[in-house]
Amino acid sequence: MRDDVVARIPGGDTGAIVAVLLVIYAAYVLAGVGLGFSLRGQLNTVATLTFFIGVFAMLSLALNLHWGYTGLFNIGIVGFMAVGIYVMALVSKPLYEAGGASQVGGLGLPIVVGMLAGMAAAALLGLVVALPALRLRADYLAIVTIAMSEIVRFSFLSGDFQQFQLFGERVGFGGGSGLILDYTDPIEAFFSVVGLWDAYLGVVDAFGVLIPTNPKPIVDGLVYGALLLGFVAAYFWLLKRTGESPFGRVLKAIREDEDVANSLGKNTNRFKIKAFMLGCALMGLAGVLWFMRSGAVTPNTFRPRITFFIWIALIIGGAGSNTGSVLGGAVFAALLYQGPRTLKNLIDAVLPSTNAPSGFGPAVAPLFSTLDPAPLLFYTLDSVRQLQLVFMGLVLIWLMHNRPEGMLGHRKETAAGIPLTAQRAQKRQAADGGGGDDE
Amino acid sequence: MSDAAESGGLTLGSGGPGIDEEYPLQAEGLRKAFGGITAVEDASFRVERGSVTGLIGPNGAGKSTTFNLITGMLDPDAGTVTFDGEDITGLEPHAIANRGLVRTFQIARELQDMTVLENMMLAPKGQRGESLWRSVTPGVRREVIDQESELLERVWEVLEFFDIDHLAEEYAGNLSGGQRKLLELSRALLTDPDVLLLDEPFAGVNPSLEKRLLEHIHELREQGYTFLLVEHDMDLIMENCGRVIVLHQGQILTEGAPAEIQANEEVIEAYLGGNV
Repeated sequence: MRDDVVARIPGGDTGAIVAVLLVIYAAYVLAGVGLGFSLRGQLNTVATLTFFIGVFAMLSLALNLHWGYTGLFNIGIVGFMAVGIYVMALVSKPLYEAGGASQVGGLGLPIVVGMLAGMAAAALLGLVVALPALRLRADYLAIVTIAMSEIVRFSFLSGDFQQFQLFGERVGFGGGSGLILDYTDPIEAFFSVVGLWDAYLGVVDAFGVLIPTNPKPIVDGLVYGALLLGFVAAYFWLLKRTGESPFGRVLKAIREDEDVANSLGKNTNRFKIKAFMLGCALMGLAGVLWFMRSGAVTPNTFRPRITFFIWIALIIGGAGSNTGSVLGGAVFAALLYQGPRTLKNLIDAVLPSTNAPSGFGPAVAPLFSTLDPAPLLFYTLDSVRQLQLVFMGLVLIWLMHNRPEGMLGHRKETAAGIPLTAQRAQKRQAADGGGGDDE
Repeated sequence: MSDAAESGGLTLGSGGPGIDEEYPLQAEGLRKAFGGITAVEDASFRVERGSVTGLIGPNGAGKSTTFNLITGMLDPDAGTVTFDGEDITGLEPHAIANRGLVRTFQIARELQDMTVLENMMLAPKGQRGESLWRSVTPGVRREVIDQESELLERVWEVLEFFDIDHLAEEYAGNLSGGQRKLLELSRALLTDPDVLLLDEPFAGVNPSLEKRLLEHIHELREQGYTFLLVEHDMDLIMENCGRVIVLHQGQILTEGAPAEIQANEEVIEAYLGGNV
């Protein structure tokens, strides 16, 4: 049924994505109005929302290549993200200077080089994981990948890698105390490379008309969000082409039945490794883009829960469809990731003067003693952030029961470089002056 | 990767013999044991070019294992498989398939969530777009698209040959058992094989479709393809195969023309139970 809804939106898949984004933004802006946000607050919300939509859409697109197309059960996504940002930091942090804020330096190379290095490192890690694991059944790959992601986290935590010498420079991953990302702000780096940094600063000044005090962080946030959406578009383009090709067709065949693909002469291991490495590189890049502006990273950020967030996003959207992946990422970011916080703020604004009980006991007690549900309600609202995971679980259970194939339904994107339709044959028969095929 | 698939033209028939040898497929002393059970023991046989050869034997005689040994799905403990004069023992299944020795499966293994057209488009060898960079790089992708159009033409020809063109847009998972068998055979044919190994191609196929399938097989044999097929239906084997190989308890019991097999006392005793 929802397929029809999508079909009726003008512009097809792109139209569907744009429509969903518009609805999400409208809801957030309305919520902002309800909260009495200033323009600054509104723009901030939009920037944050765009950021998370961007990163989750990118990551679920990458996961869709692994799981949706090739059937590779990767639950170590966060490990590839961590490798991406850490290697990027290692390459792009400025050289070590005694007395600087950072305990360790980097190689001082441009940020773009760092990003490419991060992608390459994630892809190589993918290769290392894939070589032994792809020969195993799908569920073993899952175990290997999640173990790998924890190994990555513990390696970055380890004192041995806290600092070391590389090419004669004092570099390192900072261990448990984290790594300060003290390179040039990526936005500045980006606009400097294209020679528009002064123009950008001009735009920021012009923005001062709307937001008189310190407009730069706001503009930075919005511009970075827009850049991320650009990356989402690039991922989408790349993966759509990958899927709509003979390469993608073999991946699909591997997902359906690897033995068949193999006995039709396809070297399935090679296809699997290529697809896996490509997906890992994209996950590494997404890791870079997620954390590169966060000022510092610590290994414990990269816990498996992020991996499962991305799985939820992909399941919401519908594995196997690139459009679905983007939609899933957007809906997950808006409803499940950022939604509960916004909801809480909204309710706080509507019911301003409530004092939530300090614990579960005081919250429940009145329910039994005086049948007053209010304290429990307030307590629940107050704990919305902690309850986020519970909401996600509930949504997942509901989805599994009612719509396991995701938002877009059981939709398939044809794995060929050209449309595969029967019209072609009819045309040809007509051209042959052909006698009709009765069958 | 090999360059371009053969372009244009009707390819049925072009996949015929390349090397003029009388016996393209030969097995020599094949042995395979699973734990304590020896599934195949010292099996030696050869398949004549341009023949339809039947491989028969009671359940558990080792027919499927023999197939798996030939096609690289299993590695033999001993013995060799020779194809077109080259030793292919222990090669990966895809390497063997690319040499022109292609199999189908006992239970039709269509790729369910792919359409019939996608299933068929998968099969041809030497697809440029199977390399990732060619498929995504602007400009180079043009070649891929052009080749896709050529392949699609070939696919339509094969679909029409097998009379399943009306199912082209159907998901393979929605086909009937017999239609799946047709799809598997036509898909295997698109890989340009020399020898086709069909594992019980008629199981679960209704009589009229069985007749059609047999007609196709004979037509293809006349074009130069070689078939080795495993089958349970004795009458069918005796009527349609030029030669018959009999497996019993993992060993080759005998080999010969259908009439000889039917007259063979050993076969009657071991396999037919004296009822023929």
